[in-house]
Amino acid sequence: MNKINSIRKDWSLIETLIAQDRKILDIGCGDGGLMEQLENNRNAITHGIELNRDLAANAIARGFNVVNGNAELDLSQYSNNSFDYVILSQTLQAMMKPKDILSELLRIGSKAIVSFPNFGHWKIRLQLLISGKMPVTESLPYTWYDTPNIHFFTIKDFLNLCNEMNIVIEKSIGLTSKGKQFDISESVTGVNFFTHEAIFLLSYKNFEPIKIKSSKKVFAKNSVIAN
Amino acid sequence: MNTKFTTDTKIESEIAYFENVNLKLESGDIIDNFKLAFKTFGELNTDKSNAILVCHALTGDQYVAGNNPITGREGWWSRMVGPNKPIDTNKFFVICSNVLGGCAGSTGPKELQNESDVAYGGNFPSVTIKDMVKAQSLLIESLNIEKLFSVIGGSMGAMQALQWAIDFPDKILNIIHIAGALKHSAQNIAFHEVGRQAIMSDPIWKNGKYFENNEVPERGLSVARMIAHITYLSENAMHRKFGRKLQSRDIISFGFDADFQVESYLRYQGKSFVERFDANSYLYLTRAMDYFDHDETFRKNIEFSHNPNNHLKYLIVSFTSDWLFPTIESKMIVNQLNSLSREVSFLEIDTDKGHDSFLLEEPQLDDVIKGFLTNNFAKIDE
Repeated sequence: MNKINSIRKDWSLIETLIAQDRKILDIGCGDGGLMEQLENNRNAITHGIELNRDLAANAIARGFNVVNGNAELDLSQYSNNSFDYVILSQTLQAMMKPKDILSELLRIGSKAIVSFPNFGHWKIRLQLLISGKMPVTESLPYTWYDTPNIHFFTIKDFLNLCNEMNIVIEKSIGLTSKGKQFDISESVTGVNFFTHEAIFLLSYKNFEPIKIKSSKKVFAKNSVIAN
Repeated sequence: MNTKFTTDTKIESEIAYFENVNLKLESGDIIDNFKLAFKTFGELNTDKSNAILVCHALTGDQYVAGNNPITGREGWWSRMVGPNKPIDTNKFFVICSNVLGGCAGSTGPKELQNESDVAYGGNFPSVTIKDMVKAQSLLIESLNIEKLFSVIGGSMGAMQALQWAIDFPDKILNIIHIAGALKHSAQNIAFHEVGRQAIMSDPIWKNGKYFENNEVPERGLSVARMIAHITYLSENAMHRKFGRKLQSRDIISFGFDADFQVESYLRYQGKSFVERFDANSYLYLTRAMDYFDHDETFRKNIEFSHNPNNHLKYLIVSFTSDWLFPTIESKMIVNQLNSLSREVSFLEIDTDKGHDSFLLEEPQLDDVIKGFLTNNFAKIDE
């Protein structure tokens, strides 16, 4: 089968993060473009969730497994670890409870791939500084009163949240507004300034079992000890 | 199993006779011999991979497309099934059979009891959706089809499709389940009960023996149909169609004539239904729907009946204005399938046409069914 070239730059990067023959859940899958790409190029088994009825109908008509629904309400129905990867592309900032969603992604999937527009980009900072108005840019093209993006955050904010939630950043890719690609972790200074769009591959920390001396019992650090 | 096929020219239908099959029903009763009336459309391909079973709803029949000789009108899903239609008979071999307990040629209360000249009437055993599907599976087997590409149905047809997924997951590749549920709700049972009471309180019904005097409990059956018909529509659709418009008059009559168009319409629906449907069959089939309940058992059933490599696909469709089988009921099925990581697609179609939407003009339903079938069929061909 012929390889499919991505329509979106972040899709081709997402593809590079995904191994062959894996099971994938794409949240906000649209009409199935990324699913098609991953089925063709990575031999993936794909499932999708799409809020927009017409897009979901298109995806289903194209033969993809897509559920017309709201991820914030529907993710709870999926079992733990039922996917290898859960993808949330350009949607976290539009979620009511981004933190809950993030933990749901890593409950359902062994790994999560999250991409988002960086609100800390210098152009956005400059716009707010100079004009005193909420910034409107190419990647965030909405005025404040009709934007679907209700939680703006920067790369720094995201890194702090991951740290707080014990989430491991396995890989992180930044894109400048000109589409130049770089590794976020290797260029920490200025990264929050120049990254236009960020893509993260996430997993939970794998805790080695540690011995608790007093009880002589082995507990995993992240296991719950019942009273 | 010994199956004989004939054609009944009077009702323009194929008939499959199953002899000495000892069909054990869920109730424990056994039917030794039975027949199913069915129609087929299109051609079965050489590797027999293009067969689709369409399951009809409560008052449907095997005449899914083409001419229905009983009503003299087009088949009930002619807009969906046919050459170049969403369920394309140029590509697929479509089978539709009248359910067990029905009244369009299959064994049911209207038919004669084994080798006697008396109809079953109230002596017909209680049948369930599971029994109907068991009978259908024998028909599919006798047509030498090992695996159905798809089982498709709306309403009671959706119940049958779901039952196929539960009982015969290895004999099908996908189901299209439209406007259905895991169970028949209390409200739905209540509406059916009112319909049955209307029939049974008609003095002509006579404990189901009305046929002995060549009579039909027309009043009861037509009232049952009128009640049911209301539940198939929505308030918006009724308002759009009828409003408070008067029927063949300019002023109200201050009496109980059908002043309003909606009354006239319902009376017509009741009257024309009586001409084509058997009252006892209506009792049995509504009962079969009432008994349908996989609320507690669905998850367990599909969890163990499948192996992980069995890629049975589910397409679940609901309609926003369907208050008989509301979206929440479909979502319960989707939830359970998702929790087991099954290959499920779900779409809620925005329409004001109510439960009957699946029978009516809904372009999005057409597109999704056509695309789902075409693309998934292409995948098995690869």
